[in-house]
Amino acid sequence: MKAKRPVNLNLFTIRLPLPAIVSILHRISGIILFLGSPILLFFLQQSLHSEETFNQLKTLFSQPMAKGLWILFLAGVTYHLVAGIRHVVMDLGYGESLKAGRATSAAVILVTIVLTLMIGVWL
Amino acid sequence: MIGNVTSLTNNGLRDWLLQRFSALILAVYVFFLFGYFFSHPNLQFAEWHTLFASNGVRILSFVTLISIVVHAWIGIWTVTTDYLKCVYARLTAQVLVALVLLSLLIWGVEILWSNV
Repeated sequence: MKAKRPVNLNLFTIRLPLPAIVSILHRISGIILFLGSPILLFFLQQSLHSEETFNQLKTLFSQPMAKGLWILFLAGVTYHLVAGIRHVVMDLGYGESLKAGRATSAAVILVTIVLTLMIGVWL
Repeated sequence: MIGNVTSLTNNGLRDWLLQRFSALILAVYVFFLFGYFFSHPNLQFAEWHTLFASNGVRILSFVTLISIVVHAWIGIWTVTTDYLKCVYARLTAQVLVALVLLSLLIWGVEILWSNV
């Protein structure tokens, strides 16, 4: 083996194919969900504390800004869930070929966009 | 043989399985909440409060909290071992994450059981 092979590990110059993008987004969304979990717990506390704090939360979520952020967060939840299902399906031995991996990567992104739009309309 | 001392179970396969198992519980909880909100438009405090006063929902929420701790720990452990090559930076980050997760668990139990 050549002692000095060219190595490129610079994340900004590596070309990431779609499955790699789906993979890194799974990690990024996971970190965002972790960071958001104390806020979710705070919302749960406020929602259960009293009728007054419950209604305050309702007012907060009717503001366009808060609603937008909430939909973005739910998009993260949806993405992480859908990408996670893809992971488990592959763990079970399905869709492990390169072709299938690319197709299901595209599907993860597409399904997330559709579900997020549905959530947005519903909210 | 010594594995990685910061890994949750010190066993890659066991971590892997716990990651999937906790994911399943989290998915169930997400579907439960979405289903509830979907079937209760214009939700009022009384209904919501009654829901979380039931022991079934409390236990499911508690199991979900534990799953969050396990799932987030394994996930963030994986990410930090991949990207934080400096041992001090990695251990600092991991200790902080562990503290946050344990606090979430204690706080969550307090929220669930102080709601009378």
